[in-house]
Amino acid sequence: MIRRSILFIHSLTVVALAAAAWGQAGGQLRFCLRAEPKTFNPILVDDQYSDAIRYLTGGVLIRANRRTQELEPELAVSWKIQKGGRGIVFELRRGLLFSDGTPFSAADVAYTMHALLDPNVHSPSGDAFRSGPGDPVIRVLNPYSVAIDFPSPLAGMARLFDQVAILSSRSPRKEMAVLGPFMLAEHKAGAYVLLERNPNYWKRDEQGRRLPYLASVRLDIQQNRDIELLRFRRGQLHLINTLDPDSFDRLAAEAPSSVYDAGASLDSEFLWFNQVAGAPLPEYKKAWFASKEFRRALSSAINRDDICRVVYRGHALPAAGPVSPANRVWFREGLEPHRFDPAAALRGLQGSGFRNAGGVLYDRDGHRVEFSVITNAGNKARERMAVMIQQDLAQLGIHLNVVTLDLPSLLERIGRTFDYESCLLGFSNDDPDPNAQMNVWLSSASNHQWNPNQKAPQTAWEAEIDRLMRAQASAADPKKRKAFFDRVQEIAREEEPFLYLVYKNSLSAVSPAVHNASPAALRPQSYWNAERLSLTPELAGSR
Amino acid sequence: MKTVRSIALTVLVIVFGAAVLADWVAPAPYARQFRSAPNAPPSRQFPLGTDELGRDRLSRLLFGSRVSLLLAPAAAALSTLLAALIGGGAGYLGGRWDRFAMRSIDLFLALPWLFLLLTVRATLPLNVSPAASITITFALLSLLGWAAPARVIRAGAQSLRQADFILQARASGCRGAHLLFVHVLPNLRPVISAQFWISVPVFILGEATLGLLGLGVTEPLPSWGNLLRGLESYSPVVSGPWALSPILLLFVVMSCLHLVFPGREFST
Repeated sequence: MIRRSILFIHSLTVVALAAAAWGQAGGQLRFCLRAEPKTFNPILVDDQYSDAIRYLTGGVLIRANRRTQELEPELAVSWKIQKGGRGIVFELRRGLLFSDGTPFSAADVAYTMHALLDPNVHSPSGDAFRSGPGDPVIRVLNPYSVAIDFPSPLAGMARLFDQVAILSSRSPRKEMAVLGPFMLAEHKAGAYVLLERNPNYWKRDEQGRRLPYLASVRLDIQQNRDIELLRFRRGQLHLINTLDPDSFDRLAAEAPSSVYDAGASLDSEFLWFNQVAGAPLPEYKKAWFASKEFRRALSSAINRDDICRVVYRGHALPAAGPVSPANRVWFREGLEPHRFDPAAALRGLQGSGFRNAGGVLYDRDGHRVEFSVITNAGNKARERMAVMIQQDLAQLGIHLNVVTLDLPSLLERIGRTFDYESCLLGFSNDDPDPNAQMNVWLSSASNHQWNPNQKAPQTAWEAEIDRLMRAQASAADPKKRKAFFDRVQEIAREEEPFLYLVYKNSLSAVSPAVHNASPAALRPQSYWNAERLSLTPELAGSR
Repeated sequence: MKTVRSIALTVLVIVFGAAVLADWVAPAPYARQFRSAPNAPPSRQFPLGTDELGRDRLSRLLFGSRVSLLLAPAAAALSTLLAALIGGGAGYLGGRWDRFAMRSIDLFLALPWLFLLLTVRATLPLNVSPAASITITFALLSLLGWAAPARVIRAGAQSLRQADFILQARASGCRGAHLLFVHVLPNLRPVISAQFWISVPVFILGEATLGLLGLGVTEPLPSWGNLLRGLESYSPVVSGPWALSPILLLFVVMSCLHLVFPGREFST
């Protein structure tokens, strides 16, 4: 009898401990979006706030695990790349239901792909699937098997399906019928979006319990970061997805267990010089900016370690090239950032005909080296970086004027009038695959910022990058793709069309009341595993 | 009251003196970044601590005071002068002059200044020296800031036109410039003076706002405006009371100016 009692008490203790570790089912997770989602239609998503809703509500065939960066089966139990990278076949999970109870089948995948690729819809996610002239062909092989054939090879195509939330072809609720862990319950414009647990969500945890644990997620629309921080500190919010370094350090001092530095993100900050041939700049300045030696010398004169330490409070890494080490698959190992060496930089400039007289740098024709850098007003980190670079370059005798502009004016200058000399901006990267950078590296691309929309590559190295980027985009062999893109990274470091400065760390805050949080470097950093997040028992009872 | 005014005057002399002599008084060059000591608390080396880039706050405050204390009053004076001429003239002359001036003021106040400032920024070159950027900034502020005071001054001038002492002066044969300068303007002086003192802090803050459009005092030159911009978020404010020194100095200087020149504002 005593043994039975001990066993019973032991069992109770185990259950209680397990409950404490896993949190309790129910409760409402609260956090902020910094702006209103533009759409709830997953195929029209073009902004990160709509993407947050799509991530939490949409069911996808394949999910890229944000922590391991590996592809994992979701609605598809398996997939196979065929025809030398021109086709893919999915075997689908059986017996699944959309949130409104309509069954899931291959017809829904076909319906979604047709909607996504409809040229009248202009789906941003659909654009990634256009591998060449001609339309992809979608074939339903049986109710649980579907094949998609593309007109030409599409490298890394499996990863693209991470962005494709499957729509129901039969539901009267259209895109409101979802296969993800949550479904849209309420939206009050400008105030909040309320998501509730999808009662038909198919996933279960290791103990066989239904996921998600949370009953609902409330996303408040809050632009002001200070208010967001204040609400988090008061316990009114459970997480802050991205924190700036100042707030991170302040929170870390108050509650070290609530902040997470997931290391370098995919986002980089960089500076580039205007190399557009028709830009309204003096010819001698165009000659400076087109000179590889000039760009490399200035790159060596920038103290990236100081920028990381002072501007980002140590929550950043000096950057070497277009790919951050956070990108485990595509980062070119061994690529080091330029060493800070003002003396070598000055020697390099002197070798190109520049001379320093009385602390002022002149070019070979006697023009004083002075130029401006523009950046977007209100971004404190960029403004601070620009001022630090101003002091670094002053050591060479270069006078740098820092000009902050409102974003529309800045975009007008860098994209239309080309009336600027250099610019400091950053890239926010969501997709680790090099195909996501095609619109930057191809010389004909509009985001080829230093000299966009070229009819033909104007330099030999740009022609080489064009060739390599096209080759990697059509190669079926991942090793070949890696080799091609490694070479692109090497050329980018050698020629320095972008002077890469830092890779920002992914900083977030999660309340200790949230269980199973494991923030990652990739978006959505702190709620990528939302289905497994749970709240402490006292909060789990609340809605 | 006399003692308070004396103290206020002493404070003003010290602040203005320190601003003018900043080259000698400041502990460090205003642009120098002590990168090993960003956000440092006050110490013997940095009496007011350092900013986020490790620049000495006291030095930046002194050099910023020089820029703002010389140029904001200058811009306020120009703007008030324009307001007095247009508003005062309209109110005093009345009739079609008044109607024309009022429509112009209304039009001026209704213009979408943000877009016009963006156009101004677009037409200016990006490589502008700090001295030129300061001049442009405060010239813009004075040219933009006259319309609202002009309305107030015009109302004052209009009420004076019907005042008994003006009617008596007219009845005595006083006309034109003599009437304007001897009887009207001295009685408008309190209104004009008040508009001037109101304009000074508004222009100091306005300069900070122009910085968001790329038109303010450019880095690394400090001004009270761009020092105050550092306080626009929560973190710097709670990081230490020394971060509040620019706003404290602005408050002290403006209070002292009001204490030193009270009679000119409100006497009639």
